[in-house]
Amino acid sequence: MTPNLAKPPAPSQDKRWKIVDATMRRVGQRSRGLIETLHTVQEAFGYLDETALRYVAVSLRVPLSRAYGVATFYHFFTLKPAGEHTCVICLGTACYIKGAGQLVDAVKHELGIAPGETTADRKVSVLSARCLGSCGLAPAVVYDSEVAGKVSPEQLRQQMAKWEAHDA
Amino acid sequence: MTPEELEQIANSEREAQAGISQTVNVCVAAGCLSCQSQAVKDALDKEVARRGSGTRCKVKGVGCMGLCAEGPLVSTSDGTLYKAVAAADATALLDGLENGPVKRLLCPTDVPFFQRQQKIVLENSGVIDPERIEEYIAASGYRALIRALTEMTPVEVIAEVVKSGLRGRGGAGYPTGLKWSTVAKAVGMQKYVICNADEGDPGAFMDRSVLESDPHRVLEGMLIGAYAVGASEGYIYVRAEYPLAIKRLKTAIRQAEKLGLLGTNICGTQFGFRIELRLGAGAFVCGEETALIASIEGSRGMPRPRPPYPAIEGLLGQPTLINNVETFANIPPIVRNGGEWYAGIGTEKSKGTKVFALAGRVQNTGLVEVPMGITLREMVFEIGGGIPEGRQFKAVQTGGPSGGCLPAECLDMPVDYESLARAGSIMGSGGMIVMDDSSCMVDVAKYFMDFCMTESCGKCIPCRVGTYQMHRLLDTITKLEATPQDVVLLEELCDLVKNTSLCGLGQSAPNPVLSTLRYFADEYKGHIERNQCVAGVCGKEAQP
Repeated sequence: MTPNLAKPPAPSQDKRWKIVDATMRRVGQRSRGLIETLHTVQEAFGYLDETALRYVAVSLRVPLSRAYGVATFYHFFTLKPAGEHTCVICLGTACYIKGAGQLVDAVKHELGIAPGETTADRKVSVLSARCLGSCGLAPAVVYDSEVAGKVSPEQLRQQMAKWEAHDA
Repeated sequence: MTPEELEQIANSEREAQAGISQTVNVCVAAGCLSCQSQAVKDALDKEVARRGSGTRCKVKGVGCMGLCAEGPLVSTSDGTLYKAVAAADATALLDGLENGPVKRLLCPTDVPFFQRQQKIVLENSGVIDPERIEEYIAASGYRALIRALTEMTPVEVIAEVVKSGLRGRGGAGYPTGLKWSTVAKAVGMQKYVICNADEGDPGAFMDRSVLESDPHRVLEGMLIGAYAVGASEGYIYVRAEYPLAIKRLKTAIRQAEKLGLLGTNICGTQFGFRIELRLGAGAFVCGEETALIASIEGSRGMPRPRPPYPAIEGLLGQPTLINNVETFANIPPIVRNGGEWYAGIGTEKSKGTKVFALAGRVQNTGLVEVPMGITLREMVFEIGGGIPEGRQFKAVQTGGPSGGCLPAECLDMPVDYESLARAGSIMGSGGMIVMDDSSCMVDVAKYFMDFCMTESCGKCIPCRVGTYQMHRLLDTITKLEATPQDVVLLEELCDLVKNTSLCGLGQSAPNPVLSTLRYFADEYKGHIERNQCVAGVCGKEAQP
């Protein structure tokens, strides 16, 4: 019996699936291209949800468990959408030595959330990074995509308060 | 691309450069970019255009100049270096080209930070525009590749690398020449070359700087490696967290393909090679070669037992050469100048130079390249400029989560693979973090254990459970709730995890604990017997 090799239809009319399809074509629809495809999905949609994982798994002919396993193994992939703003606190050694722990405390104090969480109003997501490689600027924080160096807990609190107060 | 064509490109680029009497180089590597160096460059460009002096004066984006803490850095063709430049300083800087340097922005270059360095890997960093292949070629780029392809056999190339004494710069220090000859002798349908650019050590940014400042250097190193071992396909496994490095690598690959330096029949020979990028997705364990291969194959990055080593059975079961970014970056100068030249630098067993990312509680943080064998004291107090705010030096940490913390009594030790290993640390990839008396060494050990615990892939039990248990014990100590028995248990666990884990991550995870137990036993004692943390970091209120 020959297995059914037909590619499944995209989950919706959303044009972003075309970008995902293009990546899967480029990797020759092979299981080897799983991580690259997930990178594309995350770039296009911001996160990996169950629909996306199922679609990619069937298209690349890998078990869903493997797609889910890969998506949860690597820190870079996220299964939940991020908030409107993101704040990444670097917890690399140089930043830690220069007080990144106090920055984590400051965020906890200001927003009541720990790294990896998003505020209830979905305004701010706080993440931690293993090392941004900006050790000369320690402690470093990335506000949305802007890197800020030598950040004090006070500066961080002010930025968080600003984001929270701003009505989008 | 023939040798003559390459020479032609180099000459026309040099002529173009000679026509410009003044250049202003602005660092556009990640460190300075995050202090708005792009705005500085834009302002300079605008000002040059306004003055209509574009034919005489050129503003150029260049790679890392090293002193990252003082960015944005700007250098001019007369050898002046400026620090902490703002966009508003553009006019003053350009006036300075005529009337002498702008004093308030001057960064002295006659200090040990610059004078004590010896640049081989970083020779083009901060000098050439990383986004133009012509500048790389004008700086003798790709000459080593052409020399290898047209004048040397693969065996001769490997012989030069063996002669150079180069050892893997990723951390373990395996002799590069030996690795190359193993792959060259291995039998397979297809061979691969992989460049490990998954720089995961927190506190290390050497590879990123090389990729951002001189990407062609890495491509050339890989090409020479591929020729030597007989590979036709290559991958660069680079962290997704380094978007700028990825962008510059993509540009570099495109440019090299266009000039026929990548592809089929390179330099009119039978040799063909292509390079693809693969993005890592944030897993420290993927720095381990078998885990890295699993990741390129689209799976979870979990290591497997070795042997068989990747040199025999690697990517897709084929012989695979895996080297780190800095290792490949060392290859072109070795082929250009000969292995003996390289072997003349460094110590007896550790040859050449090493790039370090100096950071933490030290005056001059940034990127430095020094000959092997320099002492830790020279690194911290001369090049690093000592400890700021008049505080006391306590320890220097090398090798990231796999390395150890070395105290003041180790300061006169030379920096080479053997000495560091004897002292209980490792060379590692080149992160060097300085700590002063405000850091608690138990807390630092806990920090690294937290890292290893989170990054353990979970495949083997000693690492998965052992790191968790060690972290729990260290947590008890930092909460000042431990008993002397806990330290005995901790030591036992260190021994077990070190000797029974599957891969390097687990085998080296106890190093930060072992080295702090060895050199800072008093601090552990203080926490347990006197309920006291000398640095004032720990206590019941300490964060988890």
